[in-house]
Amino acid sequence: MFDLYRPGTSFLHRAPAGGKVLALFVLGTLAFIVDDIRLIFAGLALTLLLYPVCGLTLKNAWAQIRPTLWILIAIFIAQAIFNTWQLGVFVIARFGLLLLLAGLLTLTTRASDMIDGIERGLPFLRPLGVNPAKVSLALSLALRFIPVLAQITREVREAQRVRGLENSVIALAIPLFVRTLRMSDDIADAIEARGYRP
Amino acid sequence: MIELTDVSVSYNDKVVLSEVSLRLTERRIGVIGSNGSGKSTFARLLNGLLLPDRGTVTVDGLDTKTKAKEVRQKVGFVFQNPDYQIVFPLVEEDIAFGMKNLGFDKATIAAKTEEALKRYDLWDHRTHAAQFLSGGQKQLLAISGVLVMEPSYIVFDEPTTLLDLRNKLTVTGAIRELEQTAIVVTHDLDLIADFDRVIVFADNRVMADDVPEVAIGKYRKAMGDV
Ligand SMILES: Nc1ncnc2c1ncn2[C@@H]1O[C@H](COP(=O)(O)OP(=O)(O)OP(=O)(O)O)[C@@H](O)[C@H]1O
Ligand SMILES: [Mg+2]
Repeated sequence: MFDLYRPGTSFLHRAPAGGKVLALFVLGTLAFIVDDIRLIFAGLALTLLLYPVCGLTLKNAWAQIRPTLWILIAIFIAQAIFNTWQLGVFVIARFGLLLLLAGLLTLTTRASDMIDGIERGLPFLRPLGVNPAKVSLALSLALRFIPVLAQITREVREAQRVRGLENSVIALAIPLFVRTLRMSDDIADAIEARGYRP
Repeated sequence: MIELTDVSVSYNDKVVLSEVSLRLTERRIGVIGSNGSGKSTFARLLNGLLLPDRGTVTVDGLDTKTKAKEVRQKVGFVFQNPDYQIVFPLVEEDIAFGMKNLGFDKATIAAKTEEALKRYDLWDHRTHAAQFLSGGQKQLLAISGVLVMEPSYIVFDEPTTLLDLRNKLTVTGAIRELEQTAIVVTHDLDLIADFDRVIVFADNRVMADDVPEVAIGKYRKAMGDV
């Protein structure tokens, strides 16, 4: 989901971000309404075909599935045991389709464009006290800092291993929490210094 | 010109700066002092990230208390950790952030992005994820993100502390070449050796304020390095 934009000139790259987000929403919903497995497989085949059409590789497609592979396998096993294996295939095909569609969106759309698209789609939430500009900044920050947090987690774990502390969740959580707080102070300063006015 | 008049700052009850008055007119100003001597506090005063408890800070006559927006545009700020000042995933998205905040139009943003990224050899990385740049490239990106906002002054708070020697030299070179006034807080005495002026902070106040040779000499002596 957090895979990054791959520059390109395909029709999907050029399509407006808001339209793509909407299409993902509609197709994703359809994938859950349709209960004919042949349609799901047709959707999967078409989506997979779009990868090379958009200048992406099947490796890119695989990268969309891989992070959740174990969850998919677990779902399949659970379905196979408690229902039928056919239903298992059906459920993971649905999830796979959804992941591949979402991947197409993130791979062909700059985060900033996607966020602009979402920002334009959000004003109807304004009466509820939602500020679209703030939501979109929060989304960009999330995309930007997830890898940074992952890096910090690795550093803290390494520092602890060096001192003989193996995987303890609490021992990891506390320094991580402290460092994240300090980091968020610094980020807030940086955003302010670059003229952001909430 | 940035001017501080009788500026005092305390955190809770702890005084960090006490009645500091300075006029910053030189093009290259170094700021040194021991850990906790108030350098970062001083730096943050200059663009209104921090407001003084007493006294005033003005930038070209604009009070940081009342003219925050104008001051932010005039005084750019580069922080120690480049990772925390890059706020968008892609290089070219990040560089546009400050310009969008200032309300620049699309064409201007595109032109200035190209100019800044080419200047620092980052143009080929424009559609890459910022997280994969080297430390030095990240710091150059941070400097670019500030330069495109067309500031007259740029404040650096330990811009080279987290960098290896090669990256440090790159960033030092970039700072030397700036047309803007640069105010550089650092522990790296080589970086400021050829500056126009060096200010030394100690005990909540300015301990020395002179040409680098003299100011650095006093600092070394105070630190017991004779
Ligand atoms: N937000 C804060 N709240 C409370 N105390 C603070 C805060 N920021 C700084 N201080 C204290 O103010 C003093 C001056 O801090 P400052 O960061 O300006 O020092 P510095 O000269 O930049 O130090 P260093 O060389 O370590 O960066 C320190 O004693 C610090 O603990
Ligand atoms: Mg400091």
